[in-house]
Amino acid sequence: MNAARRLPVDAAPLLEAERLALQVGERWLCCEFSLSLAAGECLVLLGPNGAGKTTLLHTLAGLREPTVGQVRLGGLPYAAWPALEAARYRGLLAQQQPDPFAAGVLETVLVGRHPHLGRWGWESAEDVAIARRTLAEVGLAGFEQRAVHTLSGGERQRVAIAALLTQAPRLFLLDEPLNHLDLHHQIATLELFQRLVREPGTGRGSVMVLHDINLAARYADHIILLDGRGGVIAGDRDAVLRADLLGQAFGHPLRRIEHEGRVVFLPD
Amino acid sequence: MISAPRPLLLVALVLAGGVSVLLALTTGEVEVGLKELERLVLGRGDESLSAIILELRLPRAVAAFVSGGLLATAGALMQVLLRNPLADPYILGISGGAAVGALGAITLGAAAFWIDAMAFAGALTAMLVVFGLAHGDGSWTQTRLLLTGVIVAAGCGAAVSMMLALASDTRVMPMLFWMMGDASAAARPWPAVVVLVLALLAVMPFARDLNVLARGELTARALGVRVQRLRIVLYVLASLLTATAVTLVGSVGFVGLIVPHLVRLVLGNDQRVLIPAAALVGGTLLTLADTAARTMLAPQQLPVGVLTAMIGVPVFLFLLSRSPRSST
Repeated sequence: MNAARRLPVDAAPLLEAERLALQVGERWLCCEFSLSLAAGECLVLLGPNGAGKTTLLHTLAGLREPTVGQVRLGGLPYAAWPALEAARYRGLLAQQQPDPFAAGVLETVLVGRHPHLGRWGWESAEDVAIARRTLAEVGLAGFEQRAVHTLSGGERQRVAIAALLTQAPRLFLLDEPLNHLDLHHQIATLELFQRLVREPGTGRGSVMVLHDINLAARYADHIILLDGRGGVIAGDRDAVLRADLLGQAFGHPLRRIEHEGRVVFLPD
Repeated sequence: MISAPRPLLLVALVLAGGVSVLLALTTGEVEVGLKELERLVLGRGDESLSAIILELRLPRAVAAFVSGGLLATAGALMQVLLRNPLADPYILGISGGAAVGALGAITLGAAAFWIDAMAFAGALTAMLVVFGLAHGDGSWTQTRLLLTGVIVAAGCGAAVSMMLALASDTRVMPMLFWMMGDASAAARPWPAVVVLVLALLAVMPFARDLNVLARGELTARALGVRVQRLRIVLYVLASLLTATAVTLVGSVGFVGLIVPHLVRLVLGNDQRVLIPAAALVGGTLLTLADTAARTMLAPQQLPVGVLTAMIGVPVFLFLLSRSPRSST
């Protein structure tokens, strides 16, 4: 509880990984590397299928112990964070959204308020207003009373994003946030998170797993590239996004093209 | 609408529960009016009538009500724990273990007290075996828990069938009645009332955590829920509730599966509303069913499990058929 009073540590980076290495079974997903994410920044995790992007994201979310090294959130290791306190500081968008029971959209989004309510607390009118606002932000205004299982895959994904925004963390950890989204909503979602993260004075940041190299090139400040064989290349966007490095990691040759001041990569 | 507290609704359910118990006390071969009932409760009524109402009907009505509440609550908890709408209190072998114990005791010709004791011991054994096997390698996944429970239940089922096949004619009937559920012999329902109240008091502070758990384990952990601990508590509580109910009235089917769904269809899936409402609806349903079971074809007594199904199935199908319109 002493730790709770010292939180959050504003001067510290949002997220740090120190000499981090992850092993699953006998396989090393990444060799030791370090990273630091400051407020206002976006970090993108890239890599082929099964390279360990999700495992790394879960480790950064404090939901998995690193094999070697340490992860610090707001300057403190996860062990020093009470679970609810951490849930107000960082939020995770999981890759899959299970819904075995019928539930309404508003009710699902309100679950994000959980860490802000006391043990006996009930969602207030203010919490409902927050939930309605986030639904509007993801383009689902008017969907409040719909049942989740009547929505399309892309709409469900946006409900999950709205639930994360309702949680209102400073650090967004997004596992394939563009799953099921059409082109328009892919860009809208990335623009939304960029606007939130860049908003001055909020101290927000984001880490996201993406599959689209060109969207990564457009929105990332830093990139971590996992090659699926234990190799990690971490650094600023332009240092990592090189045709040769990407080609090696994804096992397919790529061509770098500059067009009207924007960099795109095309598979050969 | 969003799940705001609905005290009025809970009051209505409490009233319905009260009415069902009153009905159970007043109907039967000897009919009594409410005035007479009041005199009896105050100890000023006819003595032979008092024996029928207070010593026969009251324990039976309380047993039926509390078992219904226990089973419906256990079912609601199991459905959240396994995140499976088909889960019921018996799915993990608790009732199987209890049946092995109870039928074993009946085979040995034991007294009623020992049948209860053996049923409870059997239920606890099944709970510990399933927990131990499912938890053995440190993982504790829904699928592993579900499979272990279903297999243990199947093993118990085989043992029960064997005991039934080998039992003498005079013992088969009590065995069958035990298995179909029977509140007539429940003479000591009060400890079960305490168990139900304590369990509800224990689970209500965590009801919102259960809502979060329904969003998936990963999301729940990221939202600050201590999932592992919560699931163990859920498992132990649901098992104890089931064991208590089964010990009291035998394995009454259907209440634990259908009542949580019934409540969910009408009130939504907010566990803060669903759990207390399920307890009340389960109690009411089983009390009504038990009253019908002993009066419909009197003096012939029907197994109460048959009646819960006969009442529950049409109600459930009716609600299911109109739910797509109300939920969209």
